[in-house]
Amino acid sequence: MRLNRRSFLQMSALAGGGLALGIYDFPLASAQFGAPRADLTPQAFIKIASDGTITIMAKCPEIGQGVKTMLPMMIAEELDADWSKVRVEQADLNETLYGGQSDGGSTTTPSNYLPMRRVGAACRQMLISVAAKRWGVLEADCTTGPCRVLHPISGRSIGYGELAADTANCAPPSLSSVKLKDPKDFRILGKATLNVDNHAIVTGKPLFGIDVKVPGMLHAVIERSPVFGGKVKSANLDEIKKLPGVRNVLIIAPASAGSAGPADTTTEPGTVIAAAGMEPGVAIVADSWWQAQSARRSLKVDWDAGAGADQTSEKFDQKAAELISAPPQNTLRTYGDVDGALKGAAKVVEATYAYPFIAHGTLEPMDATASYKDGKLEMWATSQSPGGGKSQVARALNMQATDITVHICRVGGGFGRRLTNDYMVEGAWLAKQVGGAVKLVWSREDDMTHDAYRPGGYHAFKGGLDAQGKLVAWRQHFITYGEGQRYASGATLDATEFPSGRVPSYALFASAQPLILRTGALRAPGHNAYAWAIKAFVDEMATAAGRDPLEFHLELLSATPVPVTGGRGDSMNAERLKGVLQLVAEKSGWANRKSGAGKGFGLACHYCHAGYFAEVAEVTVDNRNRIKVNKVWAAGDVGNQIMNPSGAEAQVQGAIIEGMSQMAQEITIRDGRPQQTNYNSHPILRLRQAPAIELYWHMTEFPPTGLGEPALPPVLPAIANAVFAATGKRIRTLPLARSGFSWA
Amino acid sequence: MPLKLKVNNVVTTVDVAPDTPLLWVLRDVLDLTGSKYGCGIGQCGACMVHVDGVPTRSCATQVDTVVGKAVTTIEGLSADGRHPVQVAWEQVDVAQCGYCQAGQIMTAAALLATTPNPTDSEIDAAMSGNLCRCGTYLRIRAAIHQAAAASQKA
Repeated sequence: MRLNRRSFLQMSALAGGGLALGIYDFPLASAQFGAPRADLTPQAFIKIASDGTITIMAKCPEIGQGVKTMLPMMIAEELDADWSKVRVEQADLNETLYGGQSDGGSTTTPSNYLPMRRVGAACRQMLISVAAKRWGVLEADCTTGPCRVLHPISGRSIGYGELAADTANCAPPSLSSVKLKDPKDFRILGKATLNVDNHAIVTGKPLFGIDVKVPGMLHAVIERSPVFGGKVKSANLDEIKKLPGVRNVLIIAPASAGSAGPADTTTEPGTVIAAAGMEPGVAIVADSWWQAQSARRSLKVDWDAGAGADQTSEKFDQKAAELISAPPQNTLRTYGDVDGALKGAAKVVEATYAYPFIAHGTLEPMDATASYKDGKLEMWATSQSPGGGKSQVARALNMQATDITVHICRVGGGFGRRLTNDYMVEGAWLAKQVGGAVKLVWSREDDMTHDAYRPGGYHAFKGGLDAQGKLVAWRQHFITYGEGQRYASGATLDATEFPSGRVPSYALFASAQPLILRTGALRAPGHNAYAWAIKAFVDEMATAAGRDPLEFHLELLSATPVPVTGGRGDSMNAERLKGVLQLVAEKSGWANRKSGAGKGFGLACHYCHAGYFAEVAEVTVDNRNRIKVNKVWAAGDVGNQIMNPSGAEAQVQGAIIEGMSQMAQEITIRDGRPQQTNYNSHPILRLRQAPAIELYWHMTEFPPTGLGEPALPPVLPAIANAVFAATGKRIRTLPLARSGFSWA
Repeated sequence: MPLKLKVNNVVTTVDVAPDTPLLWVLRDVLDLTGSKYGCGIGQCGACMVHVDGVPTRSCATQVDTVVGKAVTTIEGLSADGRHPVQVAWEQVDVAQCGYCQAGQIMTAAALLATTPNPTDSEIDAAMSGNLCRCGTYLRIRAAIHQAAAASQKA
């Protein structure tokens, strides 16, 4: 898929660049998209044994989104393999050999669909070529069946295994010219296919980074500054060193911005300068993780908390309220005459929406295992962007990339957190410090209080309707975090975001307040927050107009878009969004819905990450404002091919349930310290709260796109709108508790 | 301090502090890494094992309290990895990232041992202490029903 500039910018923003503000500057993960690269070699991906067993390398990290199964399916399809004879193996990091090995922005499917099929097709062509030569027939007269080359004219056939030895040494054809199957002939893609690691998972095999064991390995924890950007003044290292199993205790002093060079002149004994990208703190290395972790109970640190210690959530809210009433700092887009149109409107609706910082809380906490020996480093990475992580490690430790080997482990959840490879740098740095093998595991409390948080934000809306109930003016003031026109990672809003261009008079402003906290991408970054605010406010406007939200949305999507000055267009295809809206309305019985008496239906749609989703939620709200989501209907359009229907459905179910989790979560800040430390205060939705989910695909002729993210954003406004239909109350502040609601 | 443990029908002696959580003895001493660390405070269930058949959070269980008892981990749930719950989990394609699933399976197996044919609300009650960050809950419920049906046929 060709990625336009907007998509590229989204990717760059996604890649984990923390808000610098002069404190931290996380390098971007390696961007692998759109760059021309040499042909991939089929032999790098496919190994055929003489008994016919086919091994296919899975190139990208498996973070739960199914790519370890899906990418090999693409290869196997065009190889014309028998899937039951395929074994999948996780590739190590080698982006020269395999191409990009990052997961992010729902791009793994679109950026690999053609390359992986071509790898399979090229190998098939090589097998045909060997067979034809052996038989002395024309290649053109040969074809394949599952794992066999066939020569229909003579009725001969031969298994791939018997051709394997000769094929391994063949020069591959040019990948761009190999013939691909017509998708209607697919036998593997489009069929529900079980996750290749299922048996290993259900039997508890050591698949994950946290399960890695290296001979002689020590275990480490790091006590980081409770305030982001703080540092250690002193610590009772001597006392800690005497505790059972403890091998080493190090004060990690801040590195100078952007380099590994010394910056701090502290004379505290045991102080070691951190590598760039690490948070200062105290590292404890012990024989076992529990010994290292237990030693923290005796650790006494005198912290210099730094400038961040003044921050509290209440001050952020106050500052946001001031900014909302002040003239906006930045204009993201204006056209028409929004002030005039609001003045002349028959009805004006005003509302402010606010949402909090939230943490990723991947169930496998951050971890890294590294072994340093004779100037070489070997790492076991739990990263969505291991290539980016390797670059960061090389830069931080001043090593050559060729001296670093990275193994890719199955990852116990990514959700964007593992685009920021801070923990990978920590693990590598520790291994170098101890001159051996170390496994660093963050405690859950470390993870929750040192995340790259989904940034909070505020949207002040003003909408105007004409006498016919048509939306004629939209004014939106986005209050976010940053300085001037530099925004925190994940805290931006695109000027073309709906309903930009679809309303006759429009203004989008942004003002930022400073933040000393690491922020980053969380599944459907940005969209997971502003889809809720914007789509819920559209619902408010539809209600004020006395119109059906479906019909109101369809009218907006039918407007001829106002082009952006400078030519950069809106990448959304409104017809596709209308398609999923109409489909979900039909499947959910929207027209005949019966709201009232505590029951309500809500609808929302959203376009992001090149995917289109519309969702309808049915909720029941009891007299204590406890919300039970009974059912969610979802309709999605991600193009002309669903790769693995089982994996695809799983992504949609997961996105909807995660969206619900997000609605009840918040990270609040007091004296610069994140207050929530574990799942009891930052909850994940539980099984009994999960709604029934019905999923429908709206198949279109467009090239296939990814599913990690686009199903998530619409569920938040769909539920909020359903709660309004049930109770007449709007949820304008998240988490739910701050609007007086909770999950049943 | 040496402690005699029985884990997956194997008796073994470990030398650890008696207040060490069972989870970390399993993972770091006995190399049984199927039980997972998720929260450390008995909130998520990723560390679930059976102690004398009772589902127990190993992160919140001191190792000295299981001396003389039989501990079963995901690695010992069945000899061949074909416990009906494991089979159903594979066939229903439950796992996304897979990290919580050993704990989910141990809780589900304990449920079916006492309630061979659970209703949805019995499943909800038994399974709501196991968190899944990926949101595989609908398939967990389906897999438990499937395992129950398969066990009753067998």
